[in-house]
Amino acid sequence: MKRVYVNEKWCLGCHLCEYYCTFANSGVSSMVNALKDKPLRPRIRVEEHDGISFAVSCRHCKEPLCVKGCITGALSVKNGVITVDSNKCVGCYTCILSCPYGCISPDDSGHAISKCELCTKNACGEPACVKGCPNQAIVYEDRDVTDTNKEAAV
Amino acid sequence: MSRFVIIGNSAAGIGCAEGIRTVDKDSEIIIISNEPHHTYSRPLISYLLCGMTDEQRMKYRPDSFYKDNNITAMLGCTVTAVDPAAHTVSLDSGEKIKYDKLMYACGSSPFVPPMKGLDTVKNKFTFMSLDDARALDKALSPDSRVLVIGAGLIGMKCVEGIADKVKSITVVDMADRVLPSVLDADGAKLVQSAVEKHGVKFLLGDSAKELFPDKAVLNSGAEVPFDILVVAVGVRPNISLLKDAGADCNRGILTDDTMKTSLDDVYAAGDCTESFDITVKNSRILALLPNAYMQGENAGINMAGVSRSYNKAIPMNAMGMFGYHMITAGTYEGDSFCESDGTDYKKLFFKDDRLMGYIMIGDVSRAGIYTSLIREQTPLSSIDFELIKHHPQLMAFEKTERSAKLSESH
Repeated sequence: MKRVYVNEKWCLGCHLCEYYCTFANSGVSSMVNALKDKPLRPRIRVEEHDGISFAVSCRHCKEPLCVKGCITGALSVKNGVITVDSNKCVGCYTCILSCPYGCISPDDSGHAISKCELCTKNACGEPACVKGCPNQAIVYEDRDVTDTNKEAAV
Repeated sequence: MSRFVIIGNSAAGIGCAEGIRTVDKDSEIIIISNEPHHTYSRPLISYLLCGMTDEQRMKYRPDSFYKDNNITAMLGCTVTAVDPAAHTVSLDSGEKIKYDKLMYACGSSPFVPPMKGLDTVKNKFTFMSLDDARALDKALSPDSRVLVIGAGLIGMKCVEGIADKVKSITVVDMADRVLPSVLDADGAKLVQSAVEKHGVKFLLGDSAKELFPDKAVLNSGAEVPFDILVVAVGVRPNISLLKDAGADCNRGILTDDTMKTSLDDVYAAGDCTESFDITVKNSRILALLPNAYMQGENAGINMAGVSRSYNKAIPMNAMGMFGYHMITAGTYEGDSFCESDGTDYKKLFFKDDRLMGYIMIGDVSRAGIYTSLIREQTPLSSIDFELIKHHPQLMAFEKTERSAKLSESH
């Protein structure tokens, strides 16, 4: 399946992915209204150090430790996308303890978590971070060898 | 077609069923549980009491789970014996059920130590199951004075669950600090004072010498009046059925790394088993929901005929008290690095070029990156430890490793 992958050497450290992510998941139609004077809680985060930068978001692992460890059943895999049912989530943060990539964060309420769902639950349709990246430092691609083989066989 | 019988309807049992179904969509699966409820999340009972969830939302899997996975759920049935030679389990109804492979996931039970005068106390509760939570909730009133014996994970979550429903709560523990199994002394102080702000009183390093119907007399001589008593001193693994059937056990049931017991075709997972803790290189009980699920899942995959090992068990825990969160993992051995500003607290433990364990309180962002260093036994000399010890981050890994993490499918 298609996932968000990182081309580290192309990342400018501009953080636009964080803004597009927050906007896409805000449910607000104007980017200005979505972002102005609000805390930025993107589901993708840019790491920067010593001239290097790259954006990190959920890997949508095939063996997801967050889903397996979820104490409530709020995290599940739907068509390969790891999604959270915020209504079930109580914000215990066992998934934050489990995720090897550090890609799950508390949500605004503090009573649930928030994570990248590849924009499947918002109006964007496909990852807004990738669409908004000016330098293809993140791409939305199928690099899954076995899946590709399966599709080719079909 | 095989018949898989799973005793236990919680994390390990459900993990087992899901593990089987990743390999085998057709064989018969029967889940037997002595509780009459649809599978639910045990750790959510405290959230249930404080209204952060309800009985519908705390279901561990959707209502359609058994149907979707073609599982026969025999709920409210108690298994009375396992006969490994005949490959049968006996039920309290007298019925015998044959199995080809058996999963034993019977969890643990609250341990109630012998305490003088305990039998004179009318309103006494343990706090482990949905029925425990319902019974406690029914007994509570705004005038209740509650005594909780045990400041461990169960006792503390119980405190959080009932804090806004009762007049007063006193917590007594023999240990000199709260959450002694997961926190060090300094971290425990922070959590204790955060909980005290909610009116909870702690009497630590003390224990109940004698109980009376309406008060406890402690070893120190202090007296604690109460209307409701909650005993939360610990849990004991439920091993008796398999032990009686001849399975090798220490404190918990022993398994190999496929989760098979010493009995043919019998597997076990969850709180009733011991796990090989890679941080101390020893077999011990790791009564944690994620561990139970992953053991169960691994067992199910093996039961269905695919060989796979589960060999990355570590102690780990995430919990919050009134919005103040803590995440901990591993073993607190070796040199340490500590950062604290009085609210956010972090301590890392490292030895022999490995991260052994950590405690994060308050700011717990990206804690899982530390967990993965422990789980994968990553040599600290292969990463920028100076960088990562201040903030968990992928930047601390070598470029090729970063690329493997972020540019390949996982």
